[in-house]
Amino acid sequence: MNGKDDFKIIGKPIPRHDAWEKAFGLTTYAADFSLPDMLHGKVLRSKYPSAKILSIDTTKAKRLKGVQAVLTAKDVPRNESVTRFGQTHTVGGGFEGLYRVLADNKVHFLGEAVALVAADTEEIALKALDLIKVEYEPIPGVFDPIEAMNPNAPQVQEGRSNIITHYEVVRGDVEKGFSEADVVVENTYRVQFVDHAYMEPESGVAWIDENGVITIRVSTQVIEHFRGIADVLNLPHNRVRVIGTYVGGGFGGKEDITVEAFLALLTYKTGRPVKLTYTREESILSHSKRHPYVMEYKTGAKKDGRLIALKARLVSDAGAYVYLSPWVLLYSMVDAPGPYRIPHVRVDGYTVLTNNTFTSANRGFGAPQVCFAYESQMDELARRLQMDPAEIRKINYLEKGEALATGQVLNHLVALKETTDQVLQVLGEKPLSKGKIRIGRGIASGMTSYGRMIFLHDTSRSHVSIEMDGSVTIRTGVQDIGGGQASSLCQIASEVLGVPLDHIKIYIADTALTPFAGTTTATRQLYMSGNATLIAAQEVRKTLIQKAARMMDLDPERLNLVDREVVDQGGSGKNLPLTEVIKACASDGLPLYHVALFKAPFRTLTQFERIEGDVFPDFTFGTHGVVVAVDEETGKVQVLKIVSCFDVGRAINRLSVEGQIEGGAIYGMGYALTEEVILKEGITLTPSFSEYLLPTSMDLPELETLLIESGDGVGPFGSKGVGEPSVCSVAPAIANAIYDAVGIRINELPLTPERILKALRKEENDENPLSRHR
Amino acid sequence: MKKQIALTVNGVKRELLVNPQDLLLNVLREQLGLTGAKYGCGIGECGSCTVLLDGEPILSCMTLAVAVNGSEVTTIEGLLGSDGSLHPIQESFLEHGAVQCGFCTPGMILMAKNLLDKNPHPSEEEIREHIRGNLCRCTGYTQIVQAIKEVSLTRKA
Ligand code: FES
Ligand code: FES
Repeated sequence: MNGKDDFKIIGKPIPRHDAWEKAFGLTTYAADFSLPDMLHGKVLRSKYPSAKILSIDTTKAKRLKGVQAVLTAKDVPRNESVTRFGQTHTVGGGFEGLYRVLADNKVHFLGEAVALVAADTEEIALKALDLIKVEYEPIPGVFDPIEAMNPNAPQVQEGRSNIITHYEVVRGDVEKGFSEADVVVENTYRVQFVDHAYMEPESGVAWIDENGVITIRVSTQVIEHFRGIADVLNLPHNRVRVIGTYVGGGFGGKEDITVEAFLALLTYKTGRPVKLTYTREESILSHSKRHPYVMEYKTGAKKDGRLIALKARLVSDAGAYVYLSPWVLLYSMVDAPGPYRIPHVRVDGYTVLTNNTFTSANRGFGAPQVCFAYESQMDELARRLQMDPAEIRKINYLEKGEALATGQVLNHLVALKETTDQVLQVLGEKPLSKGKIRIGRGIASGMTSYGRMIFLHDTSRSHVSIEMDGSVTIRTGVQDIGGGQASSLCQIASEVLGVPLDHIKIYIADTALTPFAGTTTATRQLYMSGNATLIAAQEVRKTLIQKAARMMDLDPERLNLVDREVVDQGGSGKNLPLTEVIKACASDGLPLYHVALFKAPFRTLTQFERIEGDVFPDFTFGTHGVVVAVDEETGKVQVLKIVSCFDVGRAINRLSVEGQIEGGAIYGMGYALTEEVILKEGITLTPSFSEYLLPTSMDLPELETLLIESGDGVGPFGSKGVGEPSVCSVAPAIANAIYDAVGIRINELPLTPERILKALRKEENDENPLSRHR
Repeated sequence: MKKQIALTVNGVKRELLVNPQDLLLNVLREQLGLTGAKYGCGIGECGSCTVLLDGEPILSCMTLAVAVNGSEVTTIEGLLGSDGSLHPIQESFLEHGAVQCGFCTPGMILMAKNLLDKNPHPSEEEIREHIRGNLCRCTGYTQIVQAIKEVSLTRKA
């Protein structure tokens, strides 16, 4: 069962079990669920990015017929606590930020929640919002993270510095390194706020069950927020239950608490079921965004292309609340030098509070930002040294056994040369430019971790049981956010137990009934819960095989489970129906189930200022190659082709893996070209999809997806995670292709026609004809 | 105040009492329990709420229920065969992995049905053009376009 070719289910392109119901329109997403006597919740949000709340008058709203509750901060049993994301102990190092349910005497960003309403209908709830009178006194805010670092800048949160965290990564002596460099490239890169823009807005329904338990059925990536929600209500943790629905897209935006605490409060106060769904505008205004960064990069190399020194300073805009900002920054710190061998490194990183929308997890979690910088730097170095961009990378790629700047040794294959070679091969010859339409090609490589930072002591549990008729049940607290998380687990159990996929049923994401499996974030579910499910299934298998061996009077080593039979592979021709073995086990009182606990390797970080040693369990490596057409007249960029190649370790479900990589390529293309949440003095100027521009089917380039299966990942069957890595290097590949097409480099995302035209004009006026390169 | 309207929804005649300002999307979801059409933006910018009205796609979040009195409405639930069988388009979506989170799927499948009903063998360009108003954040569209193309190829002319 170990050789790749022996797999029956693993690696096959199998339609996912959840896809059937979805294609019928039968999946009950969070907002599709209703209960009798249900109320409708609405949130009153701040109109200012920075203001004092002088008073809130709810009398009129409360008097409106049909209104059942109007709540403000003073009605919340515990309005302030700390943010947690499934970690079971306090990490320190700034990792636990302030969690405030409702603004009390100040609002810190536009759209911050100020009051809650529950009413008989949505219309009445909306009317009630209008009747709440909030008196604000606008006060100066700060909207630029660099300005916010100034000690004299307005303080975003009372009693604390705007600088949340400073981290550093140091290797060798960076100044000495630059003194030995033959060429040094220095640039400042800027990346923007980005919305997750999942098609399903935040939503949930809460009720109190017959045992008095506050039950919340919600679209979330983290059901284990139930603890934090119980803290808000000052209830024991076992009095709050969270049921996760199939999620209509997460991408990190449903990693923080969204509607849950509001729902819990409203149902707790009214005793009635409550539904709350955000409008699209509300979603864009009020939930987390991807962090904008300002990244100063200085990279030095020898004449032959070998990197010798890298110095970087990263400043990320955390917005008005801490949430996951220190975590995201830490990812950026580790990834900042890129997957390259550099003897002298110094990286400083800051994450800073401003009065902008708060920022938190977004697919890639700090990796795509720095990848844009380090991969633009690599192409600039190649140009300065007149080297081929692929060649200079190949000279410097890290290899298995080498260490990152933090000292973490890469113990698994680093398939960067391989992915780059494959991408180049498929990319083919560059098409010819025609007139004002210039064609360019670019590549970029990236590294993205999968699995959580190891000092979080990550664990997952899975319960696998086999029924009397040979059907299999999996129970695990996994949230399925559309990536096939649940379905992959069914494939693993099917493979191990020799039971067809349609005989497997999985129950997921219920804090009362499924064992905790942790968050669906950090590209960790296949790795963590895949391993837990693998172990659980193997234990059940062991019980069955041992029993069958006694029944058949054969060595257990010879037996295999195939198609609901125990088969002797030793050539005796004997076999036994699985159901007979199950019956025999049951009458012997043998366990026909196993609950497995999978523990990621962990260690405790003793100090956070300087990041040293192992931080992640492993990384996924890959390369993107793109072909673009740039219209010199309009500045418009059309991406003609994206080739993605990743070492996925092992494809558990080929369809799902390819789907992740293709979806990731387009997600990255949106990041590169059109997507930006524009904030002006803290005011969101892009609160709808006519201003926030997502890629559509018309922007679709030709996509090619190539998989390398090294079998050298830490997931089940040697798999690696690919959900987030798939986004990482798309944007710099596009920027590099634009450079190749028109000879200009734009260091700021998104790469809009305006920016490109401006740069082209500037080049035209430039005296020095050599500065523009083709 | 309420108005009585008659709709044929997925082949079944329904008499409904609605408010003049009620949106078709909400009537389908809340009065008829047909939650296959989704709220994604409410202002005509995402296509998640797409249903077919007398065979033509409309955005039910932008349509007043009273305005479509007497029409025939097809939602994703109406594509389910009486024997529980899949429509060829649905089958193709599954085979191509065109369903990830699935939130855009009902709208996409109905758009595909409308296209293929009118034009059994569309070009890739025509497919892309046809679904341009339907956003999908997960798949990157390729698998969706391939799925629709495949149905048109396997169909007899
Ligand atoms: S919900 Fe109707 S178009 Fe978005
Ligand atoms: S599958 Fe998630 S939006 Fe299309």
